[in-house]
Amino acid sequence: MSTQHSRTAARFMIAPATVLLLGWMLIPLCMTLYYSFRRYRLLTPDRTGWVGFRNYENFLTNPAFMDALTNTLALVLGVLIITVVLGVLLAILLDQPMFGQGIVRILVIAPFFVMPTVSALVWKNMFMNPVNGLFAYAAKAVGLQPYDFLSQAPLLSIIGIVSWQWLPFATLILLTAIQSLDSEQMEAAEMDGASPLSRFWFITLPHLSRAITVVILIQTIFLLSIFAEILVTTNGGPGTASTNLTYLVYAESLLNYDVGEGSAGGVIAIILANIVAIFLMRMIGKNLDA
Amino acid sequence: MGNITLKQITKSFGDVQVIPPLDLEINEGEFVVFVGPSGCGKSTLMRLIAGLEDVTSGSIEIDGRNATETSPAKRGLAMVFQSYALYPHMSVRKNIAFPLRMAGMSKEEQNAKVEAAASVLNLTDYLERRPGQLSGGQRQRVAIGRAIVREPAAFLFDEPLSNLDAALRVGMRMEISELHKKLATTMIYVTHDQVEAMTMADKIVVLQAGNIEQVGGPLELYHRPRNTFVAGFIGSPKMNLFSGEEATKLGGDTVGIRPEHLNVSTESGMWKGRVGVSEHLGSDTFLHVHDTGLTDLITVRVSGEMAVHHGDTIYLSPDMDKLHRFGADGLRLA
Ligand SMILES: Nc1ncnc2c1ncn2[C@@H]1O[C@H](COP(=O)(O)OP(=O)(O)OP(=O)(O)O)[C@@H](O)[C@H]1O
Ligand SMILES: [Mg+2]
Repeated sequence: MSTQHSRTAARFMIAPATVLLLGWMLIPLCMTLYYSFRRYRLLTPDRTGWVGFRNYENFLTNPAFMDALTNTLALVLGVLIITVVLGVLLAILLDQPMFGQGIVRILVIAPFFVMPTVSALVWKNMFMNPVNGLFAYAAKAVGLQPYDFLSQAPLLSIIGIVSWQWLPFATLILLTAIQSLDSEQMEAAEMDGASPLSRFWFITLPHLSRAITVVILIQTIFLLSIFAEILVTTNGGPGTASTNLTYLVYAESLLNYDVGEGSAGGVIAIILANIVAIFLMRMIGKNLDA
Repeated sequence: MGNITLKQITKSFGDVQVIPPLDLEINEGEFVVFVGPSGCGKSTLMRLIAGLEDVTSGSIEIDGRNATETSPAKRGLAMVFQSYALYPHMSVRKNIAFPLRMAGMSKEEQNAKVEAAASVLNLTDYLERRPGQLSGGQRQRVAIGRAIVREPAAFLFDEPLSNLDAALRVGMRMEISELHKKLATTMIYVTHDQVEAMTMADKIVVLQAGNIEQVGGPLELYHRPRNTFVAGFIGSPKMNLFSGEEATKLGGDTVGIRPEHLNVSTESGMWKGRVGVSEHLGSDTFLHVHDTGLTDLITVRVSGEMAVHHGDTIYLSPDMDKLHRFGADGLRLA
C-alpha cells in the first residue's frame, strides 16, 4: 500500500492532532476517575477524602439506576430500529427518479442541521404540547381528547424526536449505498424472475448490509449519550420514566450535588458503552470486512 | 421454441429516436450476432427484446405469441450481461440456482440442475466460492451457467467477452460456439468485434444508427455487402473504397476492393503508388500505399513476407472479379 517513508510522514503529520485529542480526552477521564473515588459533595465541599468504592455502590444501588439502564437500551434500540427501517425505505424512495429530486433530498437532510436542543424544543412546544401543540389541535379538530405525549409516553416521545433527528443521517448513508448498486444486477434479477419484493430481499438488502452496519455502529455511539433532548423536554421525568444513564449522571452531580457519585456513574456508563461496543463489533462487525 | 420476430419496433429516449422502425426475424436455433459501431443501438435493441426497455411502438413476438407487454421474467429469455451482473454476496452455487429458487423449485431439483450446468461449464470445483474469488473467465461461465439452468427459449449476450483478455476471449468464443451446438438454442449476441461476429454467427445483423444495414450469413456479408457501410465495416483490414474517375472507369460511383484481392508487383500494374508503413505479422504483411490517385491510403494484404521499404514504388492490380461496385446512393450495383 504505502512505502515506509510515506508511513513515517503520515505518523508525523497526525501526531499533533493525536496529542491534542489525547489530552482532551485523557485529562477529563482521569479527573472523572479521581473524583469517583473521592467524597465530593457540592453542599459540603470542605468534607473530602478517599471513599473507596462507596460512590459506585451508591450509584449501582440507586433505585433509578435500573430504570436508567433499561431506558438507555430502549432509547438506543428504538431509535436504531426506526431509523434503519425508515431510512432504507426513504433511501429507496429517494433513489427513484422524480420531479424536484434535488430539493426533496435537501429537505430530507434538513433535520440533521438543526441543533438537538432546538429541535427538541420545537417538538415539545409546537407539536406535542397538549394545549397549543399541532397534534393537540389536530386531535381537537376531529373531536378527540388531546394526548399529552411528554407526560403520558415520555420515553416513546423522546424516541420519536431523536429518530426524527437521526433519520436523515441513516437515509443519507443508505442512499449513497443504494446508488452504488449495479443496475445490471437488478436487471439480471428481474430476468431471473425475482419479484420486486424478492429483489429487495435478495439483492438490495444484502448490498446495504455494510451501510446498515455503519449506521448502527455510529448511531449507537451517539445514542448512548443522548442528553439535550431529555433535558429540555421531560427533565428525565415523570419520575425516572425518561431518565437514561447520561441524564442520571447529570442528575446525581448537579441536581443532587454529589459529584463523586456522578463521576462513578460516568465511569460505569463508559464501561457499559464499551460492553455494548464489543457486542456490536462481534455481532455485525464482520460485515465491514470486504 | 425460440422464434423471435420484431415488427416495426421503434425506440425513443425522450425526443431522440434511437431505433427507427425496424423489422427482424430470428429463427429457432440460430446464432444471430448484432454488430455495428459504438452507440448504434445494439444494446438497446437487445434490451428491447429482453423486455428491460419498453418499445415506443411496434411489437415483439416470441414463438408466435405477442410478447410486447410481457415482463422480462415471463419472456423465457436469459441474458448474460457485459459486467456479468453476478450477485456478489451469494456463492457460485446460489448464483446459478437463483432463477430456479425464484421459480419455486425444490432444493433437490435445484441442486441437480446446478451440478449439471456446473459440469458442462467446468465450474464444479468452484461452486462454494463467491464471485469475487473467481477469475474473469470463470465469472463469465457462472453468468452463462445462471442463464443455462433456466432452459430459456433464447440466450441474449451483450458483449460478454469484452472484459476478457485476448487469449481468454478466443477460448470463450469457442466455448460459447460449442455450447450453441450442444444446446441448439437460439442465441442473440451483441459485439463490436467483427472477428467474433464472423466466426460465431449463423446470421449477422449489421446496424448503423439503429438501422439494419444488412442481414445475412458471414460469407454473404463478406462477398456481397449490400452497401458501402457494410463493405467498409465487415472485413479486416477494411475494404479500400474509392470514387472519382477511376471508379467510373470500373463501372461504379464508388468501387471497393479488399486488401487481400490486390496483387502487388514492383514492375508493372494498374495503379502506381508509394509504400508507406508496412505491418509485418509474419503470416501476412499489410502494406499502406499512398499516392495512387484513388484515395489517400490503400491497404494491401500480402501473404507471407514482402521485401519492400518505406518510399519504394509499387504497382497494384485488383482481381477484376472481386471488385465491389456501388451506386451514387451507396447501394451495391448488380
Ligand atoms: N437510457 C438512455 N437514455 C437516453 N439515451 C440512451 C439511453 N440508453 C442509450 N441511449 C442512446 O442510445 C444510443 C444507442 O445506445 P446503445 O447502448 O444501444 O449503443 P450500443 O450499440 O450498445 O453501443 P456500444 O457498442 O458502445 O455498447 C446511444 O446514442 C445512446 O446515447
Ligand atoms: Mg452496448
